Amino acid sequence: MVTPGWYMALGAVLFVTGMAGILLRRNALVMFMSVELMLNAVNLTFVAAGRELRVIEGQISVLFVMVVAAAEVVVGLAIIVAVFRRRGTASVDALADLRG
Amino acid sequence: MSAELLVSLVLLFPLVGTVLLFAFGRRLGEPLAGVVGTLSVGGAFAAAMVVSADFFTGTGTAETVRWFAWLPALGVDIELRWDALSSLMALVVTGVGGLIHLYSIGYMRGDPRFPRFFAYLNLFVTSMLVLVLANGFAVMFIGWELVGLSSYLLISFWFERDSAAAAGKKAFVVNRVGDVGFIVALMLVFSSFGTLSFDGVLDTAPSVLSPGTATAIALLLLLGAVGKSAQLPLFVWLPDAMEGPTPVSALIHAATMVTAGVYLVARTAVIFEMAPAAAATVGIVGAATALFAATIALAQSDIKRVLAYSTISQLGFMFLAVGAAAHVAGVFHLMTHAFFKALLFLGAGAVIHGMAGEQDMARMGGLRKAMPVTFAVMAVGWLAITGIPPLSGFWSKDEILAAVFGLGGLWTVLWAMGMLAALLTAFYMTRMMWRTFFGAPRWAEGVHPHDPPMSMRIPLVVLAVLSVVGGLINTPWRLGIEHFLAPVFAAVHLTHPPEGSTLLVLAAVAVGVAVVGIAAGIARYRTEHAEETGVWHTLGRGYFVDDVYGQVFARTGKLGAAWLAFRFDARGIDRLVEGTGSLTRRAGLLLRPLQTGFVRSYSAGIVLGAVALLAWFLWRGGVL
Repeated sequence: MVTPGWYMALGAVLFVTGMAGILLRRNALVMFMSVELMLNAVNLTFVAAGRELRVIEGQISVLFVMVVAAAEVVVGLAIIVAVFRRRGTASVDALADLRG
Repeated sequence: MSAELLVSLVLLFPLVGTVLLFAFGRRLGEPLAGVVGTLSVGGAFAAAMVVSADFFTGTGTAETVRWFAWLPALGVDIELRWDALSSLMALVVTGVGGLIHLYSIGYMRGDPRFPRFFAYLNLFVTSMLVLVLANGFAVMFIGWELVGLSSYLLISFWFERDSAAAAGKKAFVVNRVGDVGFIVALMLVFSSFGTLSFDGVLDTAPSVLSPGTATAIALLLLLGAVGKSAQLPLFVWLPDAMEGPTPVSALIHAATMVTAGVYLVARTAVIFEMAPAAAATVGIVGAATALFAATIALAQSDIKRVLAYSTISQLGFMFLAVGAAAHVAGVFHLMTHAFFKALLFLGAGAVIHGMAGEQDMARMGGLRKAMPVTFAVMAVGWLAITGIPPLSGFWSKDEILAAVFGLGGLWTVLWAMGMLAALLTAFYMTRMMWRTFFGAPRWAEGVHPHDPPMSMRIPLVVLAVLSVVGGLINTPWRLGIEHFLAPVFAAVHLTHPPEGSTLLVLAAVAVGVAVVGIAAGIARYRTEHAEETGVWHTLGRGYFVDDVYGQVFARTGKLGAAWLAFRFDARGIDRLVEGTGSLTRRAGLLLRPLQTGFVRSYSAGIVLGAVALLAWFLWRGGVL
């Protein structure tokens, strides 16, 4: 029997995976994908919790998250492409011009 | 035309003139700007003449012209009051002011800022009309301050000269001292009456005010009046104000600004009547100033400064009159003084004009033949101010002194001081005439004295005629001004001169004093070298009052300002401001390393923060 706990556990695993990707990888594109992974982990948790509690808000929140993620992808990808064209690299460690 | 419209026009004419001259003055140029200025004041005079005709025939009634509500919360409306007193003041201001405008066209010829001068002159007349036509303390205060502003602009008109700029500043600052009294008086009036309108205040004063409050208000108003009218101890600005062009001196120091104090006391006569101590103070200040300034005038070498101190002295007579509740006599002298002092100032201006800017009487002498017209009109002014009958000064000055004498007691002393001042007046005016017009020429090289052009000559002649006949409108046999002003002072117990033989004796004494003064003056200054050393030096410097004020007030003020600027500001405020800056910078330096520029370290921070928060909530929830 697949209980909601399993969904929660899968969400947590996915979330931590994405977080690790952000902390460890340097390529902006990969970091971006990691962010998407984290967002979807949260979405999974929302749906599972919504179904368990018999409320619609879980699914509504997911829709919002998906819209925000789509918008974010549009802007983020454009920035990454622009930076890559200009600098020839997508490594975030090379983009440390704002060092104090 | 309705009376309301005409009364409004009295103020609107110069107002429009001022706006026109400020906006288009330079395009109008010379002499058109002067013509516009003269016509605007002349128009106001004509309107005032038409609308006050009923007062002359005794059928006039006081009018209130309401323009609009200004501060409804305080009940302050922009309202004009048209009664016999304000109409007389308006006539003097616009009449003499108009003549001075006309005169200025000739006097200011060739000045690079000719149009600007007329803009200022018109502004001054407008301000003065606001002051005298106001139907309440609030609007009167606006005029009061506007007069201060425009006098500042006019006195320091030739601001390229440091002394002129300083004189303007001095006049402004000294007037501020008096204005403090005026403002506090306004507050007291408002808290007592709940209104600042003359209608509300003057009609109900006897039932509303306690004697103490009345005395306080009266003394504070006196402080304001003393500042504007250059009385002891705030007279120091007036002699310095001679730095302005001569028509300005005639306008400000003869006909208008300095009479504002007298007008204020006369207007609030009801309050002063309730406060005998304050009224006596007015009389004492007046008599003391009259005598004090007359002694200083004895030893001035600058022709305009003689007239300046003479003005202070004559204003002292007016204060003496209004202090003694002889308001009609005071206002009467205000009017005749406006005629003959404007004449004397403009005549002095003609002398200065003819002498190419020379003001020192030591380099004049013998001008009688070179400038016959100027001499003739100056002689009229001289006889008028010394009080030779039947010229105007005799009637007004004599009425004041007789009324004061009639009160007895303390007032007898003040009468004696006034008499002495009159004697000195005759003496110093004779000295001025002889030093200027008689004896051998002591002119500087290349000076060719000549009579002034026609635009200056006409006002001189008109004023000379007024100085001769101006007094005849109020003689003991024909009390013109008395009846004219009677409705205004209906609620006040006016002091009248004694009648019959006493009056005749007093008049004879007054004339005798004038003749003695003139004779002594001629005897002393007939010869060329009248020694003026020792005490004359002290008099010439005005008892060093100015120097003392300079040391005590101006110097301490400057020291205080310097301390504020170089110690308090530079070391206190600046250090505070700079400290804030350097604190921020240091904090920034300290926190800089946190900003590594590496996105991943930031995200690590976020993760750690999130974990810490999570831990906190779990701990709070009792899970951990």
